[in-house]
Amino acid sequence: MRADPADYKLVSPGNLNAVLSLLASEPSQWLPVAGGTDVMVLYSAGKLPNRQLLNLWNIPELRQIEASPDSVRIGAACTYTALRNHEIVSREFPLLATAASWTGGIANQNRGTLGGNIANASPAADSLPALLVYDAELTLISVRGERRLAYRTFHTGYKKTVLAADELIRDISLPRRFSEYVSYARKVGARNAQAISKVCLAALGQLAGGTIRDVRLALGSVAPTPMRLPETERELTGKKIEPSLVETVRKNVTKEIRPIDDIRSTSRYRGAVAGNLVAEFLSKLAAEGANT
Amino acid sequence: MNSPGENIAKCDFSFTVNGVPKKALAYPMERLLDVLRNELELTGAKEGCGEGECGSCSILIDGMLVNSCLVPVAQANGASIVTIEGMSAHALMKPLQEAFLECGGAQCGICTPGMILAAVHLLEKKPEPALSDIQEGLAGNLCRCTGYMQIFEAVAKAARQRVAR
Repeated sequence: MRADPADYKLVSPGNLNAVLSLLASEPSQWLPVAGGTDVMVLYSAGKLPNRQLLNLWNIPELRQIEASPDSVRIGAACTYTALRNHEIVSREFPLLATAASWTGGIANQNRGTLGGNIANASPAADSLPALLVYDAELTLISVRGERRLAYRTFHTGYKKTVLAADELIRDISLPRRFSEYVSYARKVGARNAQAISKVCLAALGQLAGGTIRDVRLALGSVAPTPMRLPETERELTGKKIEPSLVETVRKNVTKEIRPIDDIRSTSRYRGAVAGNLVAEFLSKLAAEGANT
Repeated sequence: MNSPGENIAKCDFSFTVNGVPKKALAYPMERLLDVLRNELELTGAKEGCGEGECGSCSILIDGMLVNSCLVPVAQANGASIVTIEGMSAHALMKPLQEAFLECGGAQCGICTPGMILAAVHLLEKKPEPALSDIQEGLAGNLCRCTGYMQIFEAVAKAARQRVAR
């Protein structure tokens, strides 16, 4: 049944300190909402358990993108459009800019935010595999102070995270050391726009002297959380890309992931596609990595 | 947690709608789409899916294309809103209307206001779009009548006519 707006509070504190005070005053009672591309869907369907919402849209402290020589810090309420339009993000972090271009359509990219995508913690979120391979760090903030943690430690299970009830994601920091890597992003879904992925891959790699010096692989929609593929990465590191290696890895990727059957796809299909995507990336790395 | 109906009051919100200052008395979580249609009597934005998938409720907020079904009215407070009703004097409107008519870009008309606004949003950024730009710019707007080709053609034609003028 459709939600009755008379049953829901939405307050707009207008600045970050006021938001944090409210979150701390009644922990877990307030649901932060930025662009609303996930929250409003649940709300409209009458499926939103929270009755008190906290407006994060237009909190200026959360909308900045700041570049230093070593890193780029992205405010959690930056939209996908802001990411796509940012010169350094699109040049040095193409996996993130590409994932932003797949997310919803233009209207949703104008509203949906990177911090929202992280906090919503969907295993199918398009931007999250890119954050894993770029070694993103998060700054979480509350009235108690702030803490930094590696993004890879943020998700603890299906839709479960380490975010405390009074905490907010303030920014996402990306180290600027991957611009020379060969990068590859692919989403397999009914269509790129508006459809949730069946499988998506973000991959980075670098060759040295004909062998793989470093490789970073992350998949979405194949486990309860977005995941890196540490075993496959280990298997590839230091090796020359040859057909026999590609075939071995194509099969082994399937063993490292835990895809499920759901309305969008089957476990078997997802496993096969995940292996194929990694194989496709390795072909690209062999072709392009030799020149770098 | 408050129980349903407790302590929630309507608030005054003000915005510029199609260039005119407007006020609306509404619950903060009311969808902007409903406020536009029911309070301000602007029924050009349509409700299709109600979940941000179809684009038939597209409007511009501060120049950005958005799905008004996903915007709580409180988040539009103070903003400049443009709906299809406010587009009649826009320089792109005549070429777009003519091209949609000539190419068969509109049939039942439910998606058309959103298609036009998505096209305007695109052409303001890219006056000479490639087909792939048009496909991407309109990817969030669904049409169950035309099969899309006529709409892509209409947008390309409007862009050419505008550039030629």
